[in-house]
Amino acid sequence: MSPVLVLPIVLPFAVAAATLWFRDDPRRQNRMAILGSLLHLAACSLLFIRVVRGGMQTMQVGGWEAPFGITLAADHLSVVMIMVTAVLGLAVTIYSRAEIDEELLRSGYHPLLYILLGGVCGAFLTGDLFNLYVWFEVMLMASFGLLVLGREKRQFDGGVKYVMINLFATLLFIAGVGLLYGMTGTLNLADLHLAVQEVDNQALLAAVAAIFMTAFGIKAGLFPLFFWLPASYHTPPAAVSAILAGLLTKVGVYALIRLFSLVFIFDVAYTHGLLLVAGVITMFTGVLGAAANNEFRRILSVHIISQVGYMVLGLALFTPLALAGAVFYLLHNMIVKANLFLISGLSARISGSFELKKLGGLYRDHRYVALLFFISAFSLAGFPPLSGFWAKLLLVRAGLETGAYWAAAAAVVVGLLTTYSMTKIWGEAFWKPSPERSESSEGKDPTGKPDMWMLLPISGLAGLTLIIGLVPGPFLEVAERAAHELTHPQIYVNAVLGGK
Amino acid sequence: METALAFIIGIIAAASIYLMLSGNLIRFIFGLVLATNAVNLLIFVSGRLSRTRPPQIPEGSAVPAGPVANALPQALILTALVIGFALLSFVFILFYRTYQSLGTVDTESMRVAEPREDGPEDGEGPEADREEKARGEEAE
Repeated sequence: MSPVLVLPIVLPFAVAAATLWFRDDPRRQNRMAILGSLLHLAACSLLFIRVVRGGMQTMQVGGWEAPFGITLAADHLSVVMIMVTAVLGLAVTIYSRAEIDEELLRSGYHPLLYILLGGVCGAFLTGDLFNLYVWFEVMLMASFGLLVLGREKRQFDGGVKYVMINLFATLLFIAGVGLLYGMTGTLNLADLHLAVQEVDNQALLAAVAAIFMTAFGIKAGLFPLFFWLPASYHTPPAAVSAILAGLLTKVGVYALIRLFSLVFIFDVAYTHGLLLVAGVITMFTGVLGAAANNEFRRILSVHIISQVGYMVLGLALFTPLALAGAVFYLLHNMIVKANLFLISGLSARISGSFELKKLGGLYRDHRYVALLFFISAFSLAGFPPLSGFWAKLLLVRAGLETGAYWAAAAAVVVGLLTTYSMTKIWGEAFWKPSPERSESSEGKDPTGKPDMWMLLPISGLAGLTLIIGLVPGPFLEVAERAAHELTHPQIYVNAVLGGK
Repeated sequence: METALAFIIGIIAAASIYLMLSGNLIRFIFGLVLATNAVNLLIFVSGRLSRTRPPQIPEGSAVPAGPVANALPQALILTALVIGFALLSFVFILFYRTYQSLGTVDTESMRVAEPREDGPEDGEGPEADREEKARGEEAE
């Protein structure tokens, strides 16, 4: 029983409560939120160090022994995810100081943001299927609120579609939970690992696995279930886009990895074969969809889908190397993707628009911003020695080792196509001479100058990308350890059930 | 009893999906309510139905005496109901505000966030609607 496991979940809710209390005092809210996110980062680091030094940590909430109570379990995958969550939380909180205006702060921006972060951390740390559902709901509620907070027409439009499909996915998820419980009589993930092996009706189990795959596939933005994503992610303020893009789809990917490495491994050829096909098609549709778009954030949104394909590819190949690749990819992509959205917000602040047509001249006027974009964008495309290169390298190697040559080839080709849309943004927004001033001034009051509170988190995240790229050793090691745990579910089961 | 309930769940689920796919926000809400109920019934049946005593533990004992009904599905449904109710009220307000703001409950004519490349810029307003309908009829 250690409080270290609870802090990463409880702290964000405490911040949410505190900022809600001071909702009429935006300045104090900002200060409290930044302090809160620093504390959250510290709490997550503490748990991270515990797990890296001492192996898996578990806790039975309320002292009810597993599998009867709710279990919290932190393995390497979980702590990597909560670390990135805390870092993104900090970056976005600092960024919000510049972007989110007083009206949004008064209508509850920070409470919603922190409930979202708490829900995400809960989903990463829980060891109970029904509890995972509850965290998903917490997270969804907060994201619904954040998405429509500005009450603009386009936000309502995107929000309605987002809410509809996500509610449906949640219903599928809970239906799957019910059916799985009916078959096994347990909801504890570790116990499910054992109970699933004793189920006689494998066909029924495969059907339930497919239900879960669909539910999380919608959340993750997997082909052909991703259409809600480019419809909504470009509508809220850039800070909200960044946190949604960095975290929400990745929680879907995390849930897929968790369930399809711990519970549904009775017929890997079928389930993971399905994931492999879905993953590769997702990679292609995402990257091609991005090429067809002409708005900064819409290009990035469609790209999220393509990147999710890579992660699912790593899960689908299901070798230690491939899973290490998937974990590394998650780590790298969450940071880079959120940062790209933050940069899109910054360039919109400078020149007043997200439309590539109306952007331009950023390279001439703001070299430093251009450099930051360059690092993130070409890391996403997988240029050595940036972080995306190592992530893609691992996956391609895993593909070659398992003999899935076409999957490896797809990973390389999609990487090239990613370069295309990144150079499109680069060419349009940064290299092209800036369009007529009169046109650009129509949008949201362009300030022409980058804000320090925006530059600070973007530089931090870009720096982190550089560090991961230049010194990938320690990050790779953690990813490999996570993969080791994922391919040996016995470790998880023993840690939770006490080696019985 | 389980078989009868399974059929009922199937019918409710089918009706809810029909309603949700209709592209009308009001119908979607009704579909959502039905779907939530179908799923709750599904969890209820998954826990097995039995004619036993309620799950109560006699005083001074640590385990119930003899077989009792499964209490877990009811706890799960209760949680799902509460969450579902909260989500439903949020959805009601969101859809109402959307209707106020966009002036339509038809999801097909909501094109503000994703304007058509060839159509009018914002895709809202009666002209856009009419044009869209005309185009749809031509296609048919």
